[in-house]
Amino acid sequence: MIEIEDVRKSFGSLEVLKGVSMTVETGEVVSVVGGSGSGKSTMLMCINGLEPIDSGRILVDGTEVHAPGTDLNKLRRNIGIVFQQWNAFPHLTVLENTTLALRKVLGKSKDEADAIAVKQLEHVGLGDKLKVYPSKLSGGQQQRMAIARALAMEPKYMLFDEVTSALDPQLVGEVLDTMRMLAKAGMTMIVVTHEMAFAREVSNRVAFFKDGLIHEIGPPAQIFESPERPETAAFLKSVL
Amino acid sequence: MFNINYTFHWNQAFRALPDMLEGALITLQIAVLSMLIGIVVGVLLALAKEARFAPLRWFANTWIEIARNTPALFQVYMIYFGIPAVLQLAASLFGIDFRALGINIFYLDSYWAVLVGIAFNNAGYLAETFRGGLRAVPPTQTRAARSLGFNAVDSFRLIVLPQMFRAVFHPMTNQMVWAILMTSIGIFVGLNTDLTGITQELNARTFRTFEFFALAAAIYYVIAKIVTGGARLIAWRLFRY
Repeated sequence: MIEIEDVRKSFGSLEVLKGVSMTVETGEVVSVVGGSGSGKSTMLMCINGLEPIDSGRILVDGTEVHAPGTDLNKLRRNIGIVFQQWNAFPHLTVLENTTLALRKVLGKSKDEADAIAVKQLEHVGLGDKLKVYPSKLSGGQQQRMAIARALAMEPKYMLFDEVTSALDPQLVGEVLDTMRMLAKAGMTMIVVTHEMAFAREVSNRVAFFKDGLIHEIGPPAQIFESPERPETAAFLKSVL
Repeated sequence: MFNINYTFHWNQAFRALPDMLEGALITLQIAVLSMLIGIVVGVLLALAKEARFAPLRWFANTWIEIARNTPALFQVYMIYFGIPAVLQLAASLFGIDFRALGINIFYLDSYWAVLVGIAFNNAGYLAETFRGGLRAVPPTQTRAARSLGFNAVDSFRLIVLPQMFRAVFHPMTNQMVWAILMTSIGIFVGLNTDLTGITQELNARTFRTFEFFALAAAIYYVIAKIVTGGARLIAWRLFRY
């Protein structure tokens, strides 16, 4: 379970999170929608401790992420994250990209790591690209590799930060299919996205972000069909 | 001085070739060692220059400024003559006279003075090269590595450094060639085992100045070419992505 309690965060004089609270239950898929610069991505970075927070707290399975004694490296093994810019490691092949953390962070042997990585890469349809360098892959393939790389660590949670925003339209579908598969398999996911149809289809709940606050959170039917807040209605009208 | 009746005696020079090649080996040895030290220290200096702890930044800045903006000869001189003298003086202020004790602990022989001096110079130049190279690696790479659970050191070592070395590989090759040629200033601190030192001794004995130094120059040239060629081969092998 991920518990976010009244989190505030500023970059200089700009307050990007103004008291965000939200709970994500194990097995749940929560989509986060809202305009650019509303603080959605920053919230994800705070959950795995890549960004510090100014006040409030975030608990992952009861561990306070920003408490001084927390072992963030250990915590992060449980939280996979995939970014908008897919961040393949360019100097490593697809297989090496996927096995590096298995070997150096989890201490698995080469054979063990290779077996896990191959399984994950086959799962996302990259079984024939093991020895290829990322520069030879399309954006969609690189993004699927990034998903496989995160999944290979067997995280309990997966965070997706606008993972289709930098892709050509015809490549979006293959990445969404991969995420759909993951949601069906019961992975706990927080998905920051601009893909409304996808959010509606796979989410248990949808959160609407605006100006550093969650204005409304609820089942997709509520958010998309009968939003309670006028801000939500106005946003949906602008994107749908 | 200028002898109009100078006639070339190449045979004499070629007969000395084995000795000169032996010197070339010492030259190469100093260059390679000074380069290895320079790379390690250069990475540390590049990091120190970005450090939050101010004295670390000052230290790195001072090193880099001196290495890049004073003659390499001066740097070797300082290590050979200057620093031992200053340290002896400092020790004598505390009533310790190492010379009276028959110990010369601050004194480096000419081989080590040249090696340390060129390593000092390499580190200063490479630090700036590396800083540029580090800028070429997007910060999102570190972010991605940290999010996979790598600690800061492993993220740097396994993800950032290999990409940095690719970005700076050609300037590094230049520095290596420069290091080889710089070893010739060892002659000013009495180094007589490297290529220039041996050539000078042969010259002093035979006065075949042109032949010996032309041959030495040719050997320097060939070594430099082998190094750049080898570097290209290594780059081709390492950076296939």
